[in-house]
Amino acid sequence: MDTWSLLSICVLLGLTTRWAVSLNSYSGAGKPPMFGDYEAQRHWQEITYNLPVHEWYFNTTDNNLNYWGLDYPPLTAYHSLLCGHVASLINPDWVELHTSQGFESSAHKLFMRATVLIADLLMYVPAVVLYCFYLSEGSNRKKVCLVLCILLYPGLILIDYGHFQYNSISLGLALWGVLGLGLGWDMLGSLAFVLAVNYKQMELYHSLPFFCYLLGKCFKQGMGLCINGNFIAVTVLVTFTLCWLPFLTDPGQVLQVLHRLFPVGRGLFEDKVANTWCSLNVLIKIKTILSTDTQLYLSLAATLLAALPSSIKLLTKPTLWQFKLALVNSSLAFFLFSFQVHEKSILLPALPVCLLLGDLPLPAVWFLQASTFSMLPLFLKDGLFVPYAVTSSAFVFYSVYLLSALEHSSEEELQLKSLSLLPFLSQSPGQFYLSVAAMAGLSFMSVALAPPARLPDLFPLLVSVFSFLHFLGLLLYFNVVQIAEPPSPRRKNPKKTE
Amino acid sequence: MAASTADSWSWFPALALGVSFLKCLMINSYHSTDFEVHRNWLAITHSLPVSKWYHESTSEWTLDYPPLFAWFEYGLSHVAQHFDKKMLVVQNLGYASPATVLFQRLSVIATDVVFIYAVRECCRSVREEKGSKDLLVRPYFILAALLLWNYGLLIVDHIHFQYNGFLCGILLLSVARHLQGRHLEGAFLFAVLLNLKHIYLYIAPAYGIFLLRSYCFTKDNTDGSVRWSSLSLVRLIALGSIVISVCALSFGPFIAMGQLPQVLSRLFPFKRGLCHAYWAPNIWALYNVVDKALSVLGLRLKLLANLPKASMTGGLVQEFQHSVLPSVSPSATLICTLVSILPAVLSIWRCPRGARGFLRCLVVCALCSFMFGWHVHEKAILMAILPLSVLAVESREDAGIFLMLATTGHYSLFPLLFTATEMPTKVLLILLFTLYSFTSLKKLFRGFLLNTLEVTYLLGLIAVEIICEVVYPLLPWKQTLPFVTLLAKSVYCSLGVSYSFIRLYLSILRPTDKPKEL
Repeated sequence: MDTWSLLSICVLLGLTTRWAVSLNSYSGAGKPPMFGDYEAQRHWQEITYNLPVHEWYFNTTDNNLNYWGLDYPPLTAYHSLLCGHVASLINPDWVELHTSQGFESSAHKLFMRATVLIADLLMYVPAVVLYCFYLSEGSNRKKVCLVLCILLYPGLILIDYGHFQYNSISLGLALWGVLGLGLGWDMLGSLAFVLAVNYKQMELYHSLPFFCYLLGKCFKQGMGLCINGNFIAVTVLVTFTLCWLPFLTDPGQVLQVLHRLFPVGRGLFEDKVANTWCSLNVLIKIKTILSTDTQLYLSLAATLLAALPSSIKLLTKPTLWQFKLALVNSSLAFFLFSFQVHEKSILLPALPVCLLLGDLPLPAVWFLQASTFSMLPLFLKDGLFVPYAVTSSAFVFYSVYLLSALEHSSEEELQLKSLSLLPFLSQSPGQFYLSVAAMAGLSFMSVALAPPARLPDLFPLLVSVFSFLHFLGLLLYFNVVQIAEPPSPRRKNPKKTE
Repeated sequence: MAASTADSWSWFPALALGVSFLKCLMINSYHSTDFEVHRNWLAITHSLPVSKWYHESTSEWTLDYPPLFAWFEYGLSHVAQHFDKKMLVVQNLGYASPATVLFQRLSVIATDVVFIYAVRECCRSVREEKGSKDLLVRPYFILAALLLWNYGLLIVDHIHFQYNGFLCGILLLSVARHLQGRHLEGAFLFAVLLNLKHIYLYIAPAYGIFLLRSYCFTKDNTDGSVRWSSLSLVRLIALGSIVISVCALSFGPFIAMGQLPQVLSRLFPFKRGLCHAYWAPNIWALYNVVDKALSVLGLRLKLLANLPKASMTGGLVQEFQHSVLPSVSPSATLICTLVSILPAVLSIWRCPRGARGFLRCLVVCALCSFMFGWHVHEKAILMAILPLSVLAVESREDAGIFLMLATTGHYSLFPLLFTATEMPTKVLLILLFTLYSFTSLKKLFRGFLLNTLEVTYLLGLIAVEIICEVVYPLLPWKQTLPFVTLLAKSVYCSLGVSYSFIRLYLSILRPTDKPKEL
């Protein structure tokens, strides 16, 4: 069959899965007084539609920052404004100032879900298709399979179409950034990435690799000839200025927005999340031992240390392969060691790992499944267990089946030929199955059994520690692959260096 | 694709599992009153003794399927009690707790395993020429995809809510058995099917004539006509006893209790109108429109005095009279149906073309019943589309007819899901199925299967949809003439269905070179 028809079928399958998941509940459904992320997004539409720009980030009588105050950068606000305009055209009650708080109806849900689908269709899906066809290797059939597997990644679907968020916009923009850089259009790539950062500040997790890659390319061209770098710097500055334009009139505005974006007063972590600090907290209560400032410096130091090797390697060898791996390593390091990390931030390393599905199928599928699993407590709170179970099973089954993940699991293909540092990985297929079985078991237990009275948080804790161990192990693995980098046995064409 | 060769059937579980995952994701979508119908039947069979099953009328959805289906619901009810006991209380009309929804949806998905097995058997019986080694272009792969991922089944079974997968599975399994030459099993399966849902009586003539002609008469004369002396009494008796024993098992208890008339009155309720609330795209839809057009014309031209206000698509099942053309009664439709299947059935008597000829006749009978039947549901088009898929992967002409019929028939199912939330689902899924069926069959037969006129007609379906969903609601007539969109869709689709019907009929009447072997 023609590639284009197979591709269309895969895209349609991805879209159908997304809409089917959106038929389920959303975060905070029917739970006054605070509701959840769905109400937060609706509230931002209300705020941006009704109030002038200079009040959006401030605590005023009309804008109570304690009730889902805006804490994403300006692009999110502009997007909410656009949605707010469309909402008021359909039904003004949806965005009426004050009175629309906690508004829930099936028509409104349809509208909100539709906005997510449209954003996804415009931003994320085209980027995925273009990436698979222009920046990945293999036959056309394999590229189509790759599109399907990336589109089936459950984490993003469940968060965006279940819990309710717009990660497809920020991740989509970041992916456009990768596309731009991979195809050699550095300025456009940088533009896309700056837009991504201005949509969600968590995209800064990806900023180190972008910076090191571009700087590395600059060095390679010779310091004096780095005209391109200057253009990129100008692009970045101009884009930032344009995005923040309404706020630049008053330095107080800028400070307040930054204060909302980076709430440093909130402590090392909140709730259960699969990173180092939360897991360490099980053994040593760090939150109580160290002061907030010490916690901040500790996490900063740890994050930078963890991200350092990968960034330096990328600086010295700025190729697309290195760039992809650096994206994974950097964002995973940030996730594991950074300050105030939420479990949804696992989507940030998950995106670059999706890009590695074609090259390192087994570790990628393993990571992606673990990332979905790590968000299980969140899905249970939202009533999304059935979609979680179905999409995870479908993802694991189809990626293993289509990408022959288990066939490419010999030591050689996992890039570990010359290393005996990680012997356990040579038993990979069996361990992968064991791990997936354990995840399935824990998932089932979380929903079927009640935790013992003394340990009410037992299951979320088990889930986050289990996921943390996986993330740590895979961080080590991806770092080893990036730094040691033996020549890949499967690549027939010599790698392009730019 | 994966390294599996086309000879290993590992792709089959992948296809089946994929569609099952999709079905699981649809659990929370809209379900129609058929959901309550089946919940009510679970309650009736579980809570009441057998003698009351066909007398119970607390709910308006009385038991109107044959006894075997009632026993099937009885079996399901024993699993249901572990999900939510309250659904089994007859008085709980409209009860739809999350556990109830979960159970009912899962029961449809689980019983689809019969359908999956039947598809596998059909795929094994498909003839293929030596073609490319590419898995995606093999007839059995395409057939599996067309059947397992059939749009109509997904929409009707897993959203609207019915058990067609289970029933069509038995039908396809019976067809597969006949294709494989295992006729007694096929007959048994059909007898079971008849006792599960009596609508399949319409295709019983195809079975009856085929088995009589090709199974009971073991030899033919050299010119292909029947050799009366070769009647095998053993086979005849075997067939008869199978059918009778299945029916006895099913109806026996009720005959013993003297309830047969009551059961039959429940199974054949002729009080309903000529057309269902949404007109199935059949002959009577065209008939109604012509009648309405003539009456309007007659009024304009002052040829007629005042006419009764006819409301044919008010959304409820109603009786109505035709104004200009003669009114149609149930017996008239029965006669029309019988007359229409007669030539087809006679042709496989006089010129049997083996199991494939029988299959063709089966599809024709199903389509005849759809075209001329009384109170036909548009869902009944599936009875024709699914078996036609088997023929479509073997013959170029049948593939063309299939594309017309399937696309038109599937589009005519749109009004079943009228909620806005289901709009993206039904549009995405129909695009998926239509795109796949067109591209795969085109690749299989290496060339275009439809002529320009047919393609234009099918593209017109998109125009009809846009006009009905987007343009018409903005017009002022929406309040006064709300049924116009349904009417337009129904009439437009009946053109396509009638066209496919005629082409299929011609293909069965066309004489072949020699009778093929059984």
